[in-house]
Amino acid sequence: MAEEELKLIDEKGIRNDGRKFDELRPIKIEAGVLKRADGSAFLEWGENKVMAAVYGPREMHPRHAQDPSRAVVQARYNMAAFSVPDRKRPGPDRRSVEISKLMSEALEEIIFVEHFPRASIDIFVEVLEASAGTRCAALTAASVALADAGIPMSDMIASCAAGKIGGKVVLDLGKKEDNFGQADVPMGMVPTTGKITLLQMDGNLTMEEYKQAMELAMDACKEIYKIQRDALKRRYSTSISTFEETNDMEEE
Amino acid sequence: MKELISKITKDYLFRLIKDGKRLDGRDLLEQRDLDIETGWIGTAEGSARVHLGDTDVIVGIKMDVGEPFPDTPEKGVMITSAELIPMASPKYESGPPREDATELARVVDRGIREGEVMDVKKLCIKKGEKVWLVFVDMHILDFDGNLFDACGIALMAALMNTIVPAERHELGEDYPLPVEHVVVPTTFYKVKDQIMLDVRLEEEMIADARLTVATNENGDIVAMQKGLSGVFEYEETISCIEESKKIGDELRKQLDKIKS
Repeated sequence: MAEEELKLIDEKGIRNDGRKFDELRPIKIEAGVLKRADGSAFLEWGENKVMAAVYGPREMHPRHAQDPSRAVVQARYNMAAFSVPDRKRPGPDRRSVEISKLMSEALEEIIFVEHFPRASIDIFVEVLEASAGTRCAALTAASVALADAGIPMSDMIASCAAGKIGGKVVLDLGKKEDNFGQADVPMGMVPTTGKITLLQMDGNLTMEEYKQAMELAMDACKEIYKIQRDALKRRYSTSISTFEETNDMEEE
Repeated sequence: MKELISKITKDYLFRLIKDGKRLDGRDLLEQRDLDIETGWIGTAEGSARVHLGDTDVIVGIKMDVGEPFPDTPEKGVMITSAELIPMASPKYESGPPREDATELARVVDRGIREGEVMDVKKLCIKKGEKVWLVFVDMHILDFDGNLFDACGIALMAALMNTIVPAERHELGEDYPLPVEHVVVPTTFYKVKDQIMLDVRLEEEMIADARLTVATNENGDIVAMQKGLSGVFEYEETISCIEESKKIGDELRKQLDKIKS
């Protein structure tokens, strides 16, 4: 639409929010933030705010959906009514049903589901504030919440999108870039093995552009993976360092 | 699905309560730590996240322009909904709101509505045609008892924080939502003839009766609701109201702080 006037990226390759083409928005993750859930993670990614909670492994309901050989992984992606500029009607829509399915399938790959016959592992992700890239944020947070819940798994999934704006391939589209850009490639991978567990694309890309986008996103996933691990380390090192931390705080 | 509690915990709680004691060492009429954070959701017109002990709720307010109800052509409309999402407790399931979520939304709504927190006439744009619609959505993230108070406080804080998005609808400049009164609910639970405030989950599960009292800054009662199958004596309701005024004043002090 108003792409020319909007100028998503300038001649020097600086985007309208000041980022370079290969720069992520700031990401913060905190693990273990909810009491009732078996595991949880809160993630802020630019203007996105996402909470993930994990329950299980627990008895699968309804019973007829149980699998006698393995656990069923059920992820639910849900957007809060106030998470978007125009209020969203509560409850699942076609978009969130699709994202929930893709997330369940991606996460199933890393969980040792065969350890828990007849059980379900439930992952609930609430998007509290949305600003482009929520499915990547959701999958990234869900992985941390699963690890926080102590679910046996081979690794974590890091997820990120790349896309095309103003004819240039860039990393991690922001709100305006997502609305007025030319392509979006959300992907998720296990950074240590390079296995791709989520891949979607919409818009228009040449083969060369696709390769550039994926390379950007794959590099970013390694960066995100580090943030995920740091969140878990912080969560599980506090019990040892609590004493020192309290002392530090008193001095301040 | 109902929350379950073991008999041993139940018996232990009964013994404590009989002596006027509680699990976490509080007095019967003592509240847990309260933390209010406003403006937490950038996409909402107003929002607040409230931690009441380990209970964690977010209230988001969205506003839109729409038609008034035919019987109140010069009044704005407030629509309140609560979602007990499965994130908040192992017993909550996804799907349309069930009766407990509906009661929660209605009780919290009643305090704000009957307490005339907003002057709904000021939300009229053109009589009979155009008014402001105020959508209140309550999102429960972590359920550790006493959702009524946590949501009521969060809603009041969110309203005090709401900016009417007039510019977006080409109705002049944005302005703060006119808030006329500060109404807060306090909810009492009765267990074995003892009345306690701000229950944790385990206490809520063994309670016989519940009474919510919402008061305004003048000490007037603006809404009440008795819940569960137990009963209250008339004298007990009086002392609950007295207590509610006192605690309400404390809460209003906290709310005033975030306003300035």
